[in-house]
Amino acid sequence: MSIEVLLRELGKGMLISVEIFAGTLLFSLPLGLIVAFGRMSKFALPRLITKIYISIMRGTPLMLQLLVVYFGPYYLFGVRISSSYRIIAVLIGFSINYAAYFAEIYRGGIESISEGQYEAAKVLGYSKNQTFFRIVFPQVVKRIIPPVTNEVITLVKDTSLAYSLAVVEMFTAAKQIAASQTSMVPFLAAGIFYYVFNLLVALGMEAFEKKLSYYH
Amino acid sequence: MSLLEIKNIRKSFGDNEVLKDISLKVEKGEVLAVIGPSGSGKSTLLRCATKLETYDAGEIIYEGSFGLVFQNFNLFPHYTVMKNITDAPLRVQKREKDEVFKEARELLLKMGLSDKEDAYPYQLSGGQQQRVSIARALAMNPDILFFDEPTSALDPELTGEILKVIKALAAEHMTMVIVTHEMQFAKNVSDYVIFMENGYIVTQGTPTEVFDSANPRIRDFLGKLNAE
Repeated sequence: MSIEVLLRELGKGMLISVEIFAGTLLFSLPLGLIVAFGRMSKFALPRLITKIYISIMRGTPLMLQLLVVYFGPYYLFGVRISSSYRIIAVLIGFSINYAAYFAEIYRGGIESISEGQYEAAKVLGYSKNQTFFRIVFPQVVKRIIPPVTNEVITLVKDTSLAYSLAVVEMFTAAKQIAASQTSMVPFLAAGIFYYVFNLLVALGMEAFEKKLSYYH
Repeated sequence: MSLLEIKNIRKSFGDNEVLKDISLKVEKGEVLAVIGPSGSGKSTLLRCATKLETYDAGEIIYEGSFGLVFQNFNLFPHYTVMKNITDAPLRVQKREKDEVFKEARELLLKMGLSDKEDAYPYQLSGGQQQRVSIARALAMNPDILFFDEPTSALDPELTGEILKVIKALAAEHMTMVIVTHEMQFAKNVSDYVIFMENGYIVTQGTPTEVFDSANPRIRDFLGKLNAE
């Protein structure tokens, strides 16, 4: 197999990996914030529900969660599942899983903001929404960049778990080519791909952190 | 005219009653100093008056708006000095941008911070930060300005600059309520002094009446301070 064919085949898988990565961040970052609000609610019920949710998402394998999301509709409700649902199930599974981790990161960040910031905002007449989005959240974003970077890097590597729903992402593509060619080269190429992807993620987050370093 | 009237306020934290039937009035243009030992309830009183704390009984009647200057400044670290001062007038009061910025620059000039417009709070000394927080409170044009031990978080050599600013405001007849440990300052700047202890107002009156009071508790408190 020529290197061009190899790269073309891996390239297809790479696009799927990037799609899973971007889609997961797009949905899980906002969803995580909503879960964090539930976790910090003054009402007991949303606190309990989100606590159980986070506990399950963190306490069971992501692969198992993907299988539940994919096969659940059939086994629970008898809904026929089409093969186009695979990628959607992957995105749902990844998003709800990562939202749980992001929720805890948000919570840690939000709780680290001093009471004085809320009091100053209150005395100045800011509404609750203004206080959160103008005063608190920008400071939270700065503080949570390091743990979020960790999660995002893990996500890049986790995208390979999509193979459990037969979604041919980068790693699956590499495995298939390696098997048919009895060669390690596809794995090497895949490894380089993951590494470069994560290097870019790390550099991007570092630049973002630097951009926010204009205040302490 | 009373801008603020506090009637028979009571406040407990659990079994600990920290405010026991406190009443006071703040007249327009008056500077009220609240003094007393730590744990006397003076900070809680101020927190109730500024709605940061609820109270269990009594009534607080406002005739106008108020601002608060915190002990720890509580500036917004991600905003420049200018934005700290102008954000609430623009976003909360929805005032005209030109007018707000003009007023903010006048306040900064008054605070001696004209060159710090674009600085971030972490780049300023404690005294400068506290002056910014006074400007931030004044930018809302409050009828009363509360101070919660405004010099307690500052090095002794920086307290003077804050006291000077407060004195200048008093000269302009800004209505102020100042909770403070600076006895000499309270004596000099205030029109009326309240001495609190154990949740009660022990004595109140003009600075001369309170500081020259024969009340043994006050003599004892002031004596200890002088001995330090």
